[in-house]
Amino acid sequence: MALDAKIPQGEMSEKWNYYKGHVKLVNPANKRKLEVIVVGTGLAGASAAASLGEMGYKVKAFCFQDSPRRAHSIAAQGGINAAKNYQNDGDSVFRLFYDTVKGGDYRAREGNVYRLAEVSASIIDQCVAQGVPFAREYGGLLSNRSFGGTQVQRTFYAAGQTGQQLLLGAYSALERQVALGTVKMYSRHEMLDVVMIDGKARGIIARDLVTGELERHFGHAVLLCTGGYGNVFYLSTNAMGSNVTAAWKAHKKGAYFGNPCFTQIHPTCIPVSGDHQSKLTLMSESLRNDGRIWVPKKKDDNRKAVDIPEEERDYYLERRYPAFGNLVPRDVASRAAKERCDEGYGVGTTKMAVYLDFKDAIIRYGKTEAGKTGNENADSATILELGKKVVAEKYGNLFEMYEKITGENPYETPMRIYPAVHYTMGGLWVDYELQTTIPGLYSLGEANFSDHGANRLGASALMQGLADGYFVIPYTLGNYLADEIRTASIPTNHPAFEQAEKEVSDRINRLMNIKGSQSVESMHKRLGKIMWDKCGMARNEQGLKTAIEEIKQLKEEFWRDVKIPGDINEFNPELDKAGRVADFIELGLLMCMDALNKNESCGGHFREESQTEDGEAKRDDENFSYVAAWEMKGDNAWELHKEPLSFEIVKPSQRSYK
Amino acid sequence: MEHYNMNLTLKVWRQKNGKSNGSFESYQVKDISSEMSFLELFDVLNEQLIRDGKDPIAFDHDCREGICGACSMYINGQAHGPWQKNTTCQLHMRAFKDGDTIVVEPWRSKAFPVIKDLVVDRTAFDRIIQAGGYISVNTGNAQDANALPIDKKDADAAFDAAACIGCGACVATCKNGSAMLFVSAKISQLSMLPQGQPERETRALNMVAQMDKEGFGNCTNTYACEAECPKGISVANIARMNREFLRAGMNSED
Amino acid sequence: MGLTGLFLITFLIVHCGLNAMIFFNDGGDTFNHWAHFMGTNLIIRTMEIGLFLFLLLHIVQGLMLVSQNNAARPVKYAVNKAEKNSKWYSRSMGLLGTLILLFLVLHLYHFWVPSRMGGLGSIHALEETSLPSYAGQEAHNLYKEMLVVFQNNIVVVIIYVLGVFSLFWHLLHGFQSAFQTFGVNHKRYTPIINTIGVLYSVIICLLFASMPVAMYMGWVS
Repeated sequence: MALDAKIPQGEMSEKWNYYKGHVKLVNPANKRKLEVIVVGTGLAGASAAASLGEMGYKVKAFCFQDSPRRAHSIAAQGGINAAKNYQNDGDSVFRLFYDTVKGGDYRAREGNVYRLAEVSASIIDQCVAQGVPFAREYGGLLSNRSFGGTQVQRTFYAAGQTGQQLLLGAYSALERQVALGTVKMYSRHEMLDVVMIDGKARGIIARDLVTGELERHFGHAVLLCTGGYGNVFYLSTNAMGSNVTAAWKAHKKGAYFGNPCFTQIHPTCIPVSGDHQSKLTLMSESLRNDGRIWVPKKKDDNRKAVDIPEEERDYYLERRYPAFGNLVPRDVASRAAKERCDEGYGVGTTKMAVYLDFKDAIIRYGKTEAGKTGNENADSATILELGKKVVAEKYGNLFEMYEKITGENPYETPMRIYPAVHYTMGGLWVDYELQTTIPGLYSLGEANFSDHGANRLGASALMQGLADGYFVIPYTLGNYLADEIRTASIPTNHPAFEQAEKEVSDRINRLMNIKGSQSVESMHKRLGKIMWDKCGMARNEQGLKTAIEEIKQLKEEFWRDVKIPGDINEFNPELDKAGRVADFIELGLLMCMDALNKNESCGGHFREESQTEDGEAKRDDENFSYVAAWEMKGDNAWELHKEPLSFEIVKPSQRSYK
Repeated sequence: MEHYNMNLTLKVWRQKNGKSNGSFESYQVKDISSEMSFLELFDVLNEQLIRDGKDPIAFDHDCREGICGACSMYINGQAHGPWQKNTTCQLHMRAFKDGDTIVVEPWRSKAFPVIKDLVVDRTAFDRIIQAGGYISVNTGNAQDANALPIDKKDADAAFDAAACIGCGACVATCKNGSAMLFVSAKISQLSMLPQGQPERETRALNMVAQMDKEGFGNCTNTYACEAECPKGISVANIARMNREFLRAGMNSED
Repeated sequence: MGLTGLFLITFLIVHCGLNAMIFFNDGGDTFNHWAHFMGTNLIIRTMEIGLFLFLLLHIVQGLMLVSQNNAARPVKYAVNKAEKNSKWYSRSMGLLGTLILLFLVLHLYHFWVPSRMGGLGSIHALEETSLPSYAGQEAHNLYKEMLVVFQNNIVVVIIYVLGVFSLFWHLLHGFQSAFQTFGVNHKRYTPIINTIGVLYSVIICLLFASMPVAMYMGWVS
């Protein structure tokens, strides 16, 4: 099947307008008869379900958490970008579009990204109207900050809890529709299959996680807004429950998976402290605005950070990238930290960490503060005290969180940080309308592959999730449903539902009957280690080939020896987890195959074979300027389809931060 | 920070489901690192239970970074354990020492029935939000965001109230099982913003009515909720809600 | 709760202020004069009915609150360290209120019953006395009744002091709590209200407690 992205005709800046002007509409009387299933209630899912409910569709929304308010969008800290140009610093839709395509290392579709930049401004309007308490200036207008090294201030934020505030806004809109009866909410439910009738997605099989019962739900269309799959690495900044299962079921039913190996490794996370580690915690990227990253110049230096004199410290980012210094993009900063630690310069007990030091910032701020009061000859203790106050105002909550987790005071001793898996740019392949290769099946937010190419810029994930849910799907879904107005609700005793439920039930029974000896958690950890070591920050042919064999073996072992306690028809988190890990194992395999196929370095994907002499990533536009869309062809088998990428406006160039 | 290992006795509430009676079970865990989080302690214990062919302990958790509000354990007589302004997932084993006995119970509230072990049903909170915890603005209805300047003081205060994570520690810790802190945080946030004005009165009346319907207790101003709230939501919000409720009640024509 | 509480708080000021007149140590003249006024003025007597109604309402509300709040937590915690997050007296308003009520029964029996119903059935009547400082005004000698009750009975004095002690803690929470219930919680004013609440509770209760003690010790006679 040839992949058609269905990019509308016309100038880049006119495409979305043209589309909106020519798209098919559904009249209000018909909307009432059309049922839509939304799986996942994060920013994308909650905003989509609320908006579609408002339009009059009959919506059913599903989430595995106990409440839609707990979806992992809630954990996003930094902010949300929008091309408002409130700061009059030269921002525009075009610049946001340009930065996103370039930041994604030229592996995203220009048409999609332009639309994202275009609707970004409306998102802020919508959220403010909902009562989202964004940070403001004294004049009462919205405040912006620069984020992730951009040259304009276009990031809107609510302290370090922007994701929380945006999600609670979308959640309240969703609950309003629940109260109005347009949306029916199913929490503690997990989608376990897509039901296909005549080649179209027509519903889902969901499991009530409290009772263990399987349920059939019909929908004229199904929207998957189920987030990213970073937990394939076991350790990531994702929530414990974040999983690929819904997307993977769709993939197994024929939806192509786009660029699965594109993973974002975030450079500033609290490092692993031991084998017990269950998840990693992000320290906001904004810290790099003031913190300096360094390691000792001497290998295996066991002195305390404060005992290492200035001349024996290696500020390696400033050394390697004088132009951007500590503010290089996430992928570059992450690889540089790994390089130092691999060479034996790491710090802390595990030696897999680097320092993020605020001493200089504290002194700098302290001097400024002292200067403000005319105290030019302040002693160093006063300066430190004043400086700490300023730093506390800016990053107080992050410093507190760091101290809670590590027991160390980052005002006195540098933070230890290390990169960790944070976001997955890959996901279900979708066209301009966010439709997957299965008609009637859509994918929104992090679950799709569409807008971030090979690397996502800071403060763009929230923007994409809400853009898809509030401002894209309400238009594009109508284009499909307009042709479905004659399709009456299909009763769920239809053979396709019976068949799908039986398959799900058989799989659960099979899992429960293995009664092996290894816990789900232990096997997930093993998968994570394979992925992190061989398909993590740096990848090579040999490693990936080994990983593929190891994962195949792990898969076989899992289905032979996994041990799941409890029963099917009860609240059984181990069983839920087993199903998810089984899917992660298959996904891990595909990620390695995709990484193996992409013999170039771009964005978060670094192939050791494809680098410059001084160790920088080298893209290969001639051979790899395409979206890799994988079609499942049976057990451990996939076929690669290529959607060529063409760049009319932002001409690809090698990124340089020297 | 010096690390140390410890052996602990855990007394955990076990309850098969909402219908059965529960009881405490004791467990021994060994070599627990002071660097572990409290939930990682439960991971270790669960692995041990699975190995021994026993049913692992069910508990709610998700983000493990103190923001989703899923984790909910009553640890040694305190919601989220001994640290202040902290969630269970952010509690670390440094808070304990070798030989300690730790008692862990679920949130206890009529409105939060136990589902299994330490997992409770908090959908009552969702229903309270459904009763009015929103501003009725359809997607696309919004004017330009800067067309409505908001005093920074009000915006900051609204943000402080909006920081609630809906974990239910306030209900769990209140001797009366009252949900006033949760409800008042939402009512406050929206009543302080100009966007929230049109529905200000119906919101206060409806949310309070739903809260009472769910079977939460009444506030007697002990302020235990504020002391145990992981996000430090202030009881000043409860006063504001009382004001909003009085005002709405007086203006109401029904 | 807050409304009735605030009413009772105002009553206590009047009650305490009036009783404090025993400290004039004038053989009870001033005290008896005002007690007579309170006992005979029509408005005051009407308000007395209101007072009892409010007291009753306060008790009924309290009982309802306790039963609703108990119902909100059918299964109690095995371990609960409430002392880590709240003051014991704020959590013990029901208990303190019950103690106060028990004390109140005795208190009414000592003074209110004879002064209002003296002579009915077997209830002893208060002595009549004439007040030299008030042109020989005739009045019940409530002052003497106090002396009778307190002067020779250490047990009664202790019960009174304990009753007032319960009242102290009850007020300490109740005063500021009533304002919170009415929605008064302000960065600037609340600390002032709280200070007034503490001063009020201390002064009122010290005064009340000092009355039986002073009589027992013979400081006033």
